[in-house]
Amino acid sequence: MTTMYQDRPLGLAVHDPATAPFFAATAVGAFRVKVCVSCRKPHWYPRPLCPYCLGDTEWSDVTGKGEIYSVSVTRRAGPTPYAIAYVRLDEGITMLSNIVDCNLDSLRIGQRVRVVFKPAEDGTMIPMFVPDQG
Amino acid sequence: MSIRRKACIAGAYEHPTRKAPDKTVAQLHAECARGALEDAGLRLEDVDGYFCAGDAPGLGANSMADYLGLRPRHVDSTDTGGSAYLIHVSHAAQAIAMGKCNVALITLAGRPRSEGSSGVAPRLVGAGTPDVPWEAPYAPVTVNMYALAAARHMYEYGTTSEQLAWIKVAAATHAQYNPNAMLRDQVSVDDVLASPMISDPLHRLDCCVVSDGGGALVVVRPEIARSLKRPVVNILGAGEAIKGQLNGQVDLTFSGAAWSGPRAFEEAGVKPSDIDYASIYDSFTITVLMQIEDLGFCEKGKGGAFVADGNLISGVGKLPFNTDGGGLCNNHPANRGGITKVIEAVRQLRGETHAKVQVPDCNLALAQGTGGLLGSRHGSATLIMERA
Repeated sequence: MTTMYQDRPLGLAVHDPATAPFFAATAVGAFRVKVCVSCRKPHWYPRPLCPYCLGDTEWSDVTGKGEIYSVSVTRRAGPTPYAIAYVRLDEGITMLSNIVDCNLDSLRIGQRVRVVFKPAEDGTMIPMFVPDQG
Repeated sequence: MSIRRKACIAGAYEHPTRKAPDKTVAQLHAECARGALEDAGLRLEDVDGYFCAGDAPGLGANSMADYLGLRPRHVDSTDTGGSAYLIHVSHAAQAIAMGKCNVALITLAGRPRSEGSSGVAPRLVGAGTPDVPWEAPYAPVTVNMYALAAARHMYEYGTTSEQLAWIKVAAATHAQYNPNAMLRDQVSVDDVLASPMISDPLHRLDCCVVSDGGGALVVVRPEIARSLKRPVVNILGAGEAIKGQLNGQVDLTFSGAAWSGPRAFEEAGVKPSDIDYASIYDSFTITVLMQIEDLGFCEKGKGGAFVADGNLISGVGKLPFNTDGGGLCNNHPANRGGITKVIEAVRQLRGETHAKVQVPDCNLALAQGTGGLLGSRHGSATLIMERA
């Protein structure tokens, strides 16, 4: 089967004190995660207090490369099929995302991916992933 | 301190409706309350503890307690989605053991079918839910957050769609004997595989029904249970847990049952092989398979082989499950199936199910609930009961 990716309305991004610095970075093509200043562990999704030790956290840029931990092509939730996935970043944390700009039926667990950004309705850049050839 | 044999389930009632366009949710709650109290042989004024969750209209228990005419001295509106009602049974037993109440009423009701709810619609969550900004753009819906767990299970352990389909086949086999079941037709493995793919690898027939309805339970002090005319069902042990994304160390190979199950078995003083009948939450086929593994009914990763070939069918297999047809065929009121899991376990322990699905000498039953989303964050509850 071939189910080519199609753009899908992403709705409005949620802007709050927790997301503002993240989306400020994605607006200029940077992708960052939160790391604890006390225990130094990274976590996802980003929080102002570390979920391991409740220490303060700081932003840290990551490569945006990783691999698909799990993927499902959702075919019957609205008019456009889409691939929802967990992506395990090379930095060791796993995030929910979409895999885009490819044949969705070709996606496999373990496949290498890299980050790209797609605009939400208000122009906020949302990180998603594409298969990484190199 | 333990709840072992400190409280009994004296009343259990499942509303027969599967579509209730002309009733309010509050009315359904009240009809379930009446049914469970009649089943127990108790009166409204006997109730001194009240439990409900997010399906109950109003602020916590305030509106429904008032609507029902209750004057509870103990209330609990713990909400862990569809598993909440199993937790309510446990918390009611704790409250009774502590002398905080004598007769606890638990109600659930909802009308998702009449209201057009769907497992492929965005989930409604309260403002300020911290995970939403990071996930909503990716369109998580109910079904794909279970599909991700199924896909990973297949990758790790070689589980197949055919094996998952056997879970639906077992539920359908049981549902044909339940006159109230929403889906009563027998289905085959091929029927499941031929049904439309909703979100890989889950087909339409891997998904539970969307039904209106409800249920209620009455949990009482043992002396009260023994004074009533119904068979006495003792609560032996319970466990609860919440499993999320583990700070980004996401692991979809197990459910919260891996944590709630051992807690319940330890308190009950029994082991999985002792269980005669199991109600296993079946929002989707994969939910059943993972909970069966996590409760220790089979080795991790071997759930596919365990559920295949009718092993969950009463009178055929080793682990009779969901003999009412479960959420997959019978009923999933309010999109929250926990209470029906307890109700069918009580029916089995009383020997009151259809003869074709009744487990002979059913003395020990387990009910397991998973509420929320298997693939992101969910509440798990395990309850073990015995016939006294």
